[in-house]
Amino acid sequence: MSSIARTTGMEYSGPAETIYLAEQLWPIRGQLYLGLLGLAVGGYLGLLQALERIGIDLYSAHFLKSYYQGLTIHGVLLAFLFTFAFSNSFLSLTTIRGFERPLASTWLAQGAFWTMLAGTVLAAFAILTNQATVLFTFYAPLKASSLFYLGAVFLVLSTWLTSANQLLTLRAWRREHPEEPIPLLGFVSVVPYLMWDLASVGVAILVVVFLLPWSLGILSHVDPQFDRLLFWFTGHPIVYFWLLPAYVSWYLMIPAQVGGRLFSDGLTRFVFLLFLVLSTPTGLHHQFTDPGMPTVMKTVHLFTTFAVVYPSFITAFTVMAALESGGRARGGRGLLGWIRALPWKDPSVNAQLLAMLVFTLGGATGIVNASYSVNLVVHNTAFVPGHFHMTVGTAVALTAMGICYWLIPFLSGRELWGRRLALAQAWLWAIGMLVFARGQIAGGLSGMPRRTAIGDAAYLDLFQWSLDNWLTAIGGIVMTTSGLLFFIVMLRTLFFSRPLAAPVEIPVAETVHGARESWPLFDRLGLWFLIAVGLAVVAYVPVILGYLPLNPVSPPIRVY
Amino acid sequence: MRIERYEKIFMALTLVVLLAALAAIGVGVFAAEVHLPAPAGRVDPRQIRRTAPFDQPGVREVAPGEYEAVIIARAWAFEPNEIRVPRGSTVRFRVASADVIHGFLVENTNINVMVIPGQVAEVAARFDRPGEYVFLCHEYCGFGHHQMFGKVIVE
Ligand code: HEM
Ligand SMILES: [Cu+2]
Ligand SMILES: [Cu+2]
Repeated sequence: MSSIARTTGMEYSGPAETIYLAEQLWPIRGQLYLGLLGLAVGGYLGLLQALERIGIDLYSAHFLKSYYQGLTIHGVLLAFLFTFAFSNSFLSLTTIRGFERPLASTWLAQGAFWTMLAGTVLAAFAILTNQATVLFTFYAPLKASSLFYLGAVFLVLSTWLTSANQLLTLRAWRREHPEEPIPLLGFVSVVPYLMWDLASVGVAILVVVFLLPWSLGILSHVDPQFDRLLFWFTGHPIVYFWLLPAYVSWYLMIPAQVGGRLFSDGLTRFVFLLFLVLSTPTGLHHQFTDPGMPTVMKTVHLFTTFAVVYPSFITAFTVMAALESGGRARGGRGLLGWIRALPWKDPSVNAQLLAMLVFTLGGATGIVNASYSVNLVVHNTAFVPGHFHMTVGTAVALTAMGICYWLIPFLSGRELWGRRLALAQAWLWAIGMLVFARGQIAGGLSGMPRRTAIGDAAYLDLFQWSLDNWLTAIGGIVMTTSGLLFFIVMLRTLFFSRPLAAPVEIPVAETVHGARESWPLFDRLGLWFLIAVGLAVVAYVPVILGYLPLNPVSPPIRVY
Repeated sequence: MRIERYEKIFMALTLVVLLAALAAIGVGVFAAEVHLPAPAGRVDPRQIRRTAPFDQPGVREVAPGEYEAVIIARAWAFEPNEIRVPRGSTVRFRVASADVIHGFLVENTNINVMVIPGQVAEVAARFDRPGEYVFLCHEYCGFGHHQMFGKVIVE
């Protein structure tokens, strides 16, 4: 019996078919499967990267021209396809459940699926034919085929369609429920996309105004420093776009799954709004070592970066408090006894608890990255992949897998197959990741560059990286094993498992202090969006004005 | 809005922790004088070999104990890839790209900078201990990226 059936949270009382329409569920299902396909293929290339470090080169055996072609696949599939497709799917579903009504537009829901698919096909074609070995950052003047940039446009477009649909759904709900506070689950589903709508403007301008015309020969030169400014306008907030779907589950689902309650509705809204407002004016912390950016503005962005750490700290506390309420309700006693009492044998809960644990380390290493002059020690070294495999690679990916342990039964009507394997899967991922990250972090601290075929590096013998490389490789093998188990469990659930005895309910936590005790102004989303735009303008206009005139000196260069 | 007492305490504590971290960074910058790279001029990568000082890559003494090292980064080498200075020297590196983005990191120093076409990257360090310091490219710059390195030899 799954924890979902035990859920103590707020159950939807109406008949499921009236809100989950078949014609809206298939694009949700389709995007989830597409995202998971990205996770499978991308993760497999991770194994190749890890093995390259101990001298095992599997690239030519896979018809890949280089380590970097493989790394482009890894980065694009995992950082863009998997995360975007999972968000679109999961947060569309939570929008339906949150507002207890179908999405406003079936057309937009299906459009999101088709654009996601089109973007994937275009980008995959360009990368697989070695016309876009530019890594997932596609920094100019490395030139990719225009199909690659077009693919990126479609992927982002798909997220915008999803956002538009959410906003239309919110508007329709408001008409149907004048004067009521926005349901919390609906609120936390919409806000991450609002944040992203603003954040993605940078990369949209970069691709549509500069790189696409440049790759087509319409524009002869671009300015690489300015292009990086546009890229990182999006590049930092994107990490919150990856992370917030996991937060939705941690805030609103996990408490119900462990039999506890979320304390404060208002504080939850506050945290999500802080992400909306503070995520974007921070991008320059990725450009601390860029020569063309002034140090004064780097310092300003340092402060906003520390500000956006704040909501994550509150999250740690709030989620822990909700977990404790669940552990105690399940009979846990003493200072820490409630931790043992949590349902660790529930695959969905287990995976997400481990994801949270690894995330504390990921967050701590993130603060190191952001710490201005300390950044000089770690910038562009293997420390950085060490950091973000604990954040997006675990906090997000392992949470997504944990969510799949109830979501796939929900969507397929089949019982989760192989619960014990699913438990082992999450432990292996977390342990493998810690070993992997230990290797990358230690290597990075002694100067090992990232995005580099280390096993082939001309300077390999001048450093003592052997232990670091072995840890990276062993961790990578353990993670790949875990990934394999995950897909075995998923596929067997989909194709060979028995139909569910009782339908799965989407877990939604109750709050101790509910929406009526929240601050009504929190629901004025348009206002908060304007504040976010204002802060982004204040953080970026001085940088841009100080930088101009543009310095378009770079023609397209293909060196791969 | 209703916020419980321990929620308030936690929110305040968090604020204190973050401010303390910022203060520590401030001390690091002003007391230890570790600075981030700042704008040091522009250079056209297409004209780089005709533009001073990159028309004469290499290392030269500009004052007693102070050196300037002018380096061109290109796919996939640094020119020059060997810099010799006596121990105790301060070396100001001026690095610029002739093609795509590169990186410049010198091991066991605070030197870590992006080398972006169009921009001059200027960074400095003092070399007190004799020995070899590897410098390498840490930004993907194409097929041979992992071949791109050089050495500072301190005598
Ligand atoms: C089997 C699991 C995985 C393994 C063994 C693995 C391995 C690696 C390695 C060794 C690198 C560093 C490459 C380099 O710096 O040269 C890397 C980069 C990266 N990984 Fe993973 N990874 C795995 C899963 C994931 C997951 C789940 C995500 C995100 C959801 C992810 C996202 C990334 C990203 C964004 C990069 C950076 C690519 C770049 O810098 O261009 N990885 N991975
Ligand atoms: Cu960032
Ligand atoms: Cu390079």
